[in-house]
Amino acid sequence: MNMDFSTSLSKTAAQKNPDDSAPTTREPRTASEPAKLESVDQGAAPSPEVASRPRWDEVSVSQVTPKMRAEELHASFGSSEVIKGISLPIAEKLVTAIIGPSGCGKSTFLRCLNRMHEVVSGATTKGKVLLDKQDIYDRDVDPVRVRGRVGMVFQKPNPFPTMSIRDNVLAGLRLNGVKLKDPDGQVEKALRAVALWDEVKDGLAKAGTSLSGGQQQRLCIARALALEPEVLLMDEPCSALDPIATARVEELIHELRETYTIVIVTHNMQQAARVANFTAFFYLGQLVEYNRTQVIFTRPQEQRTEDYITGRFG
Amino acid sequence: MTVLDIDMGDRRHTDREYENELAQVRERILLMGARVEEMMTASRKCFVERDADLARATIRNDSQIDTLEVEIDELCLQVLARRQPVASDLRFITATLKLVTDLERIGDLCVNMCERVSELCEDPTYPTQGPIPRIGEVAQAMLHDALDAFVAGDATKAEQVVDRDNVVDAYYAQLFPELVAHMMSDPTVVFRSTRILSIGKYIERIADHATNIGELVVFMVRGLDVRHTGPASNNPQA
Repeated sequence: MNMDFSTSLSKTAAQKNPDDSAPTTREPRTASEPAKLESVDQGAAPSPEVASRPRWDEVSVSQVTPKMRAEELHASFGSSEVIKGISLPIAEKLVTAIIGPSGCGKSTFLRCLNRMHEVVSGATTKGKVLLDKQDIYDRDVDPVRVRGRVGMVFQKPNPFPTMSIRDNVLAGLRLNGVKLKDPDGQVEKALRAVALWDEVKDGLAKAGTSLSGGQQQRLCIARALALEPEVLLMDEPCSALDPIATARVEELIHELRETYTIVIVTHNMQQAARVANFTAFFYLGQLVEYNRTQVIFTRPQEQRTEDYITGRFG
Repeated sequence: MTVLDIDMGDRRHTDREYENELAQVRERILLMGARVEEMMTASRKCFVERDADLARATIRNDSQIDTLEVEIDELCLQVLARRQPVASDLRFITATLKLVTDLERIGDLCVNMCERVSELCEDPTYPTQGPIPRIGEVAQAMLHDALDAFVAGDATKAEQVVDRDNVVDAYYAQLFPELVAHMMSDPTVVFRSTRILSIGKYIERIADHATNIGELVVFMVRGLDVRHTGPASNNPQA
């Protein structure tokens, strides 16, 4: 690809049985500390043998290397504030899920992460969103460059209806003015990344809309990946898919985690539990709790989280 | 005791059917707990009163406990499969799956006690009762309090149960030398003494199972695993 995807966002740079004699001793009773199931903020430290990147289930909240970070982020539609000062790290090359009831601001928050929120008339933001420590809302930052680095996949599969499968994959590159040196190679790479290549390689000229719902969604993910983003935002990517297609997308998320930082908004809490390393619970535009997914779903620290995930809400 | 006695902090599920399924699990656990307590009371009584008839009747009652164990396991399996419980509900269901095993084992140990009592009743007297009535009293209180703690979601009470296991162990440690002394002074009481020792052992094991239940309650309430960590009183609260 001939486009410069350096980390700069600025417009100028964008041109980048026991013995009966003794009581049964259940266990030695010497330790003075309880064995916590999960230390809330102190996950198990990675063993020295582990490679530079610790296993995902060994990363605690305090060990998160943020690829992105929202700092006191506010977002409004006109006079209606829907995000009320949220600060949240997005762990690099891991999956962060955002859960919460309808209207809690999770989709708006997601759209703030690649400056999609501002495309709505009357929508405003306040606060910072750092991408590799640079505020994407700085004046000299080009939102188009941001969206190149922070891609998005939407709820409903939305391939361009008049385009072939091949052109759908290349659409993002073309719209961004990228000169295509090896379009066939790029199409294959993106389709392989979403495990769709073998299913469509003999019919790349067919309309994108001729595919099944699950295939269409994977095509949309391929379209986002063709731009080689660093972060992938997914807004309820499986809500329109059947369980098998959902499982394929979830499997894909596991694989993409190796390369991309992923943020997924979902109403399906089991999905968050299955795919996410970290989970954030939003309520009424505020962050109620953020922790490792296994802590959130086994012993959340906040009563509101507990009530929501167990279905005792409202 | 009914399911309504359980302290849910007035936090009911929006889905009534789910709420009912969890309530049914609680109800069956309480019934099983009550049956096991009755068996334990009867087992202690038949020992103290040398009542072989009561021992035989108690042995027959064990089948009820076994049936409840299977029923509760099935209910938990259904909740896991259909509801995918999380957080406190998940801890409740997983704790329940383990708790029924402890209760069922207590039932089996009561059966063992009654079998030994039946054998002892074929002889005119016990060489000694030793501290067995007292151990039985403490172990039964532990079981009762562990089940109460489960019902009330009272982790503090559950921790107190865990701490009392040492009391039972200390009583049991007294029993062994006392019986050895009897056996050495009178070889005709050897067979009976081994039966008494076994009964002491069964009760000591029952206290261990009550302790397990106490630990499960702490886990269920606080999400904190206190197994294998020493007396609960040493542990900082979550």
